[in-house]
Amino acid sequence: MYWNENLECATLDEMRALQSFRLSQTVRRVYERVPLYRQRMDEAGVSPEDIRSVDDLHTLPFTYKQDLRDTYPYGMFAVPMNEIVRLHASSGTTGKQIVVGYTRKDLDAWAECCARALTAAGGTSEDIIHVSYGYGLFTGGLGVHGGAEKVGMTVVPVSVGNTKRQINILRDFKPTFICCTPSYALFLAETMEEMGITKEELALKVGIFGAEPWTEEMRREIESKLGLKALDIYGLTEIIGPGVAFECEAQTGMHINEDHFIAETIDPDTGEVLPEGSQGEIVFSCINKEGFPLLRYRTRDIGVLVREKCSCGRTLIKMKKPAGRSDDMLIIRGVNVFPSQIESVLLQLGNTAPYYQLIVGRVNNTDTLEIQVEITPEMFSDTVKSLEEQSRVIKQAVESTLGISAKITLVEPKTIPRVEGKAVHVVDTRKLHD
Amino acid sequence: MQIKQLSVFIENKTGRLSTITGMLRDNHIDIRALSIADTKDFGIVRLIVTDTDKAYEVLKEANCMLKVSNVIGIGVADQPGGLAAVMDLLRDGGITVEYMYAYVSRIEDTAFVILRADNNQKAAELLQANGVKLLSAEDVCG
Repeated sequence: MYWNENLECATLDEMRALQSFRLSQTVRRVYERVPLYRQRMDEAGVSPEDIRSVDDLHTLPFTYKQDLRDTYPYGMFAVPMNEIVRLHASSGTTGKQIVVGYTRKDLDAWAECCARALTAAGGTSEDIIHVSYGYGLFTGGLGVHGGAEKVGMTVVPVSVGNTKRQINILRDFKPTFICCTPSYALFLAETMEEMGITKEELALKVGIFGAEPWTEEMRREIESKLGLKALDIYGLTEIIGPGVAFECEAQTGMHINEDHFIAETIDPDTGEVLPEGSQGEIVFSCINKEGFPLLRYRTRDIGVLVREKCSCGRTLIKMKKPAGRSDDMLIIRGVNVFPSQIESVLLQLGNTAPYYQLIVGRVNNTDTLEIQVEITPEMFSDTVKSLEEQSRVIKQAVESTLGISAKITLVEPKTIPRVEGKAVHVVDTRKLHD
Repeated sequence: MQIKQLSVFIENKTGRLSTITGMLRDNHIDIRALSIADTKDFGIVRLIVTDTDKAYEVLKEANCMLKVSNVIGIGVADQPGGLAAVMDLLRDGGITVEYMYAYVSRIEDTAFVILRADNNQKAAELLQANGVKLLSAEDVCG
C-alpha cells in the first residue's frame, strides 16, 4: 500500500530530475533570502547558477547546528514571518534550543511525509492511532498527528505522561496503532504487567517508534511484550520532524522521502562524500521546504545509505538503522562505543532487562566504564556465587563485543529512571574534571 | 522437612536495611533468623520470618528483588564439637554447604543452624538418618 505511488516508486532518473529541479530552486531562494547562506556561498565561490543538478550538491557548504544557534531565533527563515503559520523548537538536550518555522505548504508536505510512513505501516482510515509523542514545541506529537489525519485515521492525541491512564485508554479505545519512543513502549509494557493488563486486552497491531536510537533486540522485546509489529520512524526538528524517513513492513531500513530531503553520507572528520553503502554521518538537504530549508545539514547521526529495490516495491533510498548519534558516541580508552551496542549485548543475553545506565569516569587519567544493570527475577538467586557469575557473563559479553573492559554493577529493580521522552543511558562524569 | 527462606537483593547503600526491616515492622512480621552475605557491590539478605507470604507481598510491592528458597534447619548440641559432628556427616556424604548461619534457640542446650546444601534433599535425609534433629517451620517460627 502506498500513499503516493508515483513518487515512492519512481525510477532513479525520474527522482534525480525532480531532485535536481527542486535543489536548484531552493538554492536560488536561500541565496536571496538567508544572509548566512549568501555569505557562505560567496566565501566558497559557489553561485546559485552553479547548482544545476544533484551532482553539484557536494560543492555547497555544510550547515551546522551551531549556525542555527548563532542565528537564533529567526535568522535562517527563508520567508517573511507573515507566511509562517507554526513554530516548533528542539528540546535542547544537547545545548541551547533552536527554533524552526513552517509555512502552510510546509505543514502539508510534512503531513504527506508522515502519511506515507503510516500507509507503509499498513495504516488506513479504518485504524485508530494512539499518539503518545509529546505535543507542543516538540515535533513528534503534532507531526505524526498531521499525517494520521491526512490518512483519515482516528487520532487519539494523548501526548506524554500519566501512564496508567494511557493504558486504560489503550484498553478501552482499542487503538490499532501506537506512536511513542521505544523506551516508553517498554515502560508501557512494564506498567501493564503491574496493572495486571495483558496485551490480549489491547487491539494494537502496529507501533511506530522513533526519536531515539534503538536496537533489533529491543524491537523484538517490544513486539513480544505488546503483541505488535514495531517499525522505526526517523526525523529531526531541524529538517522537519518525524517522517524524514520511515520503515515499511519489510523492516530492512528506513525509506527516505528523498523527493523532499536529499541524503548524503560523509566522513565526519574530512567532510568528504562517501559512496552509497559506507557508514558515515548522514547529511540532509531540504529541497521542498519554504520556511526553513537547510542545505547539507550535519545531523551527527551515523548511518548507511542503500539504494536497492525493496520487497515493498518502493524505490526510495534506504537508511539502515542509525548506529547512534555521533553526539552519543563515547570514546572510552580510545575505543568508539555506542550505548546501543551495549543494549544489544544485554538483550542478547536473554535474562537481563533493557534498563541500564553507563557511567563513564576517569581515574588516574584512564577512562573507566561502569555498566549498571537492573537485576531481573531470572538473574537473582540466594547465593553470592551465582550472582557474581551473572556479572561475569555480562562483563565477558561486553568485552568480547566492544573490546573494552567494564565494571558491571547489578542494581535493584526500578532504580534506573523510567522516562517518557528520550532515555538517558549515559552519565559521563569525565567532563566535570576536564 | 524444609523451611522457607526469603532472600532479598540489596545494593550497598545507606538505609536499605532500615527500609526493609522497617517494612517488616510495620506489617508486624517477626524476623526469626537473618544473615547477610555481603560483597563489594551488593548484598543478599536472607531472612526467616513468621509470615513468609506476607513478607514477600510487602517487599515485592516496594520493588524489592526477592526469592523464596528452601533451606534446612537443624538443632545441634550447644557444646564444643556440636556443629563439627554435623559437618563431618555432610562431608562424608559428599555434600557441599552453599551457606549457613546460626541463631539462638529457645530450647536449652541446643543451637539452631540454617543451611543450604548443594542438594538439600539428600542432606536432609542423611542428617535425619544419623539422628540429627531437623527443625520444622513450626520450631523456627512458632
